[in-house]
This record gives sequence, structure tokens and C-alpha cells, in this order.
Amino acid sequence: MKTATLVTRTTPLPLAGGRAWLLVERNVLVYRRIWLLIVSGFFEPVFYLLSLGVGIGALVGTVAGPDGQAIRYTAFVAPALLASSAMNGAVYDSTMNFFFKLKYAKTYDAMLSTPLGPADIAVGEIAWAQLRGTLYSIAFLIVMAVLGLISSWWALLALPATMLIGLAFASIGMAATSFMRSWQDFEFVQLAILPMFLFSTTFFPLSVYPRPLQIVVQLTPLFHGIELVRPLTTGAGVGFALLGHVLYFIGLAALGLSVAARRLERLLLK
Amino acid sequence: MIAAPFALRSFEYWLFQYKRTWRGTVTSSVLFPVLFLASMGVGLGTLVDSSTSRGVEGHSYLVFLAPGLLAATAMQTGVSESTYPVMGSIKWVKTYHAMLATPLGVLDVLVGHLLYIGARIAMGAVVFLVVMAAFGAVDSPLGLLAIPAALLTGLAFAAPTVAFAAWIENENSFAFLMRFIVMPLFLFGGVFYPVGQLPLVLEQLAYLTPLWHGVALSRDLSLGTASAAGTFLHVVYLLAWITAGFAVAARNYRRRLAV
Repeated sequence: MKTATLVTRTTPLPLAGGRAWLLVERNVLVYRRIWLLIVSGFFEPVFYLLSLGVGIGALVGTVAGPDGQAIRYTAFVAPALLASSAMNGAVYDSTMNFFFKLKYAKTYDAMLSTPLGPADIAVGEIAWAQLRGTLYSIAFLIVMAVLGLISSWWALLALPATMLIGLAFASIGMAATSFMRSWQDFEFVQLAILPMFLFSTTFFPLSVYPRPLQIVVQLTPLFHGIELVRPLTTGAGVGFALLGHVLYFIGLAALGLSVAARRLERLLLK
Repeated sequence: MIAAPFALRSFEYWLFQYKRTWRGTVTSSVLFPVLFLASMGVGLGTLVDSSTSRGVEGHSYLVFLAPGLLAATAMQTGVSESTYPVMGSIKWVKTYHAMLATPLGVLDVLVGHLLYIGARIAMGAVVFLVVMAAFGAVDSPLGLLAIPAALLTGLAFAAPTVAFAAWIENENSFAFLMRFIVMPLFLFGGVFYPVGQLPLVLEQLAYLTPLWHGVALSRDLSLGTASAAGTFLHVVYLLAWITAGFAVAARNYRRRLAV
């Protein structure tokens, strides 16, 4: 028996329907051949961190942190990149990859001729995306630690925080994909993701905006993700307010999952 | 177009299919420049300008950044139009094979496709420059010349990428190209800040890349600080990449397509 098979068959993970884990095993087997592709995904946020940290950091110096105290620009950007990459990875996996398997590769049709059901597929795909995203988050947190950008033990909680962010975006992404008709519709995904990446206080603080725009920014999901992760890695402004962001993402994930499960059932079993 | 050389026939095909599908490219070619200029130029610019007394090299951050983004956008169009479309024409849709079943030769197919890629780069550059002007980010009338500068930059990436796409067998290599060449160039190629701020090794490396020359060229033109010697040097360097890329592409097309 291959190692990957052995690992996936012996690791106990309680998942809905009990068979979702088989789908994760399938993905592990597929990606064993192209693991370099997975490794390469780790570099994008790191390149952003190194480039903007060094370059813009030298121009800007310090910025007001979560509690108003000045922090280094690099320490300000790093947690935002961590949250953004959790979002990007989850959305990419749950939209493009998912759509391809659904419409073209017919991977799920093949699976449904086995004892797997639509819920197994939804949960299995999201679990796989989570697994991949968690590995990226761990790696990025290590890079942050090495660069001296982590100044609190709260940072340990940044990992479950990014997992929650990833889960919420993956389930919303999957729900959205179930409504897509063709590749052209993915323009809408870009249209949602890129502005969030650029404007949700990733690269500059909220205070830069005039008041009405601040309210718009505060409504975006990524803003809540960044507000959740930034205090944890900088250790500034950690408080019960963070639980509000946690609840926000739990709600988002629940909404996405219920829509996705219902839509998939209709799409696949009609 | 009856008497036109065969390469123009291939060019015409690509233009024709673009006429059918251009709507899908509006978001990426119009909205993304606006978003990037607003976020990085205006938003981050507020932060940079309030921290530095004399701006970046004596200019406000928006004015400094915009021409760099113009060149980077040209690079991205040049690369993305030269990856999947080329591989698709060889492997999946077999557009090239259909063309080669007519009097068109391998070189006509290549030149026609590159002409189209150039047209796409130029269209993107025109749109970007209009957006830049609307943001008040063009300092000199010479800025109009940033369009041919962006075209050269985009082609300096398109020609080698076409050669690469006609050489590899598997599309997974494109992900590596994007992540290990295009993305690092975008971030370290002098778009967001002068490369002098990088560690010395990276700075020297940046001078070797076509992107840095493209950025410097369009920036000098847009700011009105271009010198004849500098402009000449950048143009020659970019032309060298285009020529070399074209030569390799022609060789690879012949190997892959000639019967």
C-alpha cells in the first residue's frame, strides 16, 4: 500500500457521511505527482512580504497598529497577507478547481456512482482545501517568526483563525460556483476578490479613507479576517472584540455550507 | 485583405475571435488598472507621502508608481496572451494546424499571433494611460510615448513566452512561470519603489530583467525626465529580448508544427 493511502486510511478524522475522507485521499494521490505545484503556492505571499516589507517599509517606516501604537510597516502588512492568502487559496480551490471537476472532468459524477453522496463531496473538497491552506498558513507563520514579525504568544491562535477564514471563504466560494454557467462568470470572482485584497486595510490602515468609505471597507469579509489576525500576531489590541469576528466567520461558513450542500444535491442528482 | 501577406491572415483570425470575446477582457484591462491605482497609488500613496518629505525620487507616490504599473500590466498581458492561447492552438484547439492546412506557413502563424498579442498589449496600454491621466498621474506630454514603451515591454515578454509555450508539453509549467518569474518581477522589478532599495545582489539582478528597463523607460517618459542615451539603451535592450525570443520561437514552432 502506498504511503499516502496508508496515512489517509489510518488517520481518524470524523467527517460527514463518513466517506468524505476518501475524496481527500483521492486528492492527495492526484497531487503526489505535482506536489511542486502545491509548494509553489507558498511563495506568493512571501514574495509580497519581502518586497513590500523591504521597499515600502523603507519609505513608510511605521504605521499605527491595532491599538494605535506605532508598529513597523512589515509587521503591519504580514498578518494581512496571512489572512489574504487564506482567502485566496480557499477561493481558488473552491471555484476554479471545483468548477473544472464538476463540469469538465466529471470527477464527481464518477464518485456518485460509488457509495459517496453529494455531502461527502462538499465536505471532502472543503477539507482538502483546508488541509492545503493550513500547511500554507503554518509555513507563512514560520517565515514571520524568522523575520521577527511575531511579538506575542497569541500568534499561535492565528493558525486556527486562518483556518476559520479559509473555511468560510471556501464554503462561500463553493456555493457561488454551484451557480456558475461558464468560465466567463469567474470574472465575478475576480471582481470580488481583488478589490478586497487591495482595499481591506491590507497595505494601509483604515484611517487613510474618508469616513463613508471606511464603513464600506468595514463591511467586507476580508476586513474582518485581517482585524482578527493582526492583533494576534502583533499582540496589540487583543480583546473580546475579536470573538465578534470569529462569530462573523462561523456564520458565513454555515451559510455557505448549507447553500453549497443543497445546490450540489440538485446539480449532481437531478 | 486579399493581397495581404499570409501573416496578416493569421493576425486577422485572432482579431476576429477577439471581436467575439472582448467583453470578458474588459474587467481585467479596464477595472484592474483603476483598482490598482486607487489602492496602491492613492491609498498607499497617502501613507508614503505623509512619511517621506520629498516623495519618491522627488515625486508624489502616485505619479511615481503609475508608469511602473503600466509597464507591469503590459508584461502581464504579454505573458498571459502567450501561454494558454499558444499551447491551446498547438495541443487542444489545434488552431495552428487548421491554419497550416491552408497556404500559410509556420512563420506566418507565429508572426500573425505575435502581431495580435502586440495589439492586445497596445490596447491595454492606451486604456491604462487614459486611466492614469484621469488620476492626474501623467506629468509630461512625453507620457504619450509610454504607449510604445509599454508595447516594447510587453513584447519583450511575449516573444520568449511564446517560445516557451511552444516548447513545453504540460500546462502546469505556466503556474511556475507566473509564480517564479512574473510575480517576483512585478514585486521586485522596480514597479513599487526604486530598485536601489533592494539588497545589492537583487538590485544588480533587476537591471538584467526586461521589466526593469520597461519600467524605467515608461517612468522617464511619463515624468518627463527621459534622456536620449537612457531611452536608447532601454529600447535596444528590449528589442534584443524581442529578437532573441522571436528567433527561439521560430525554431520551436518549426520543430513542433512543420510536417
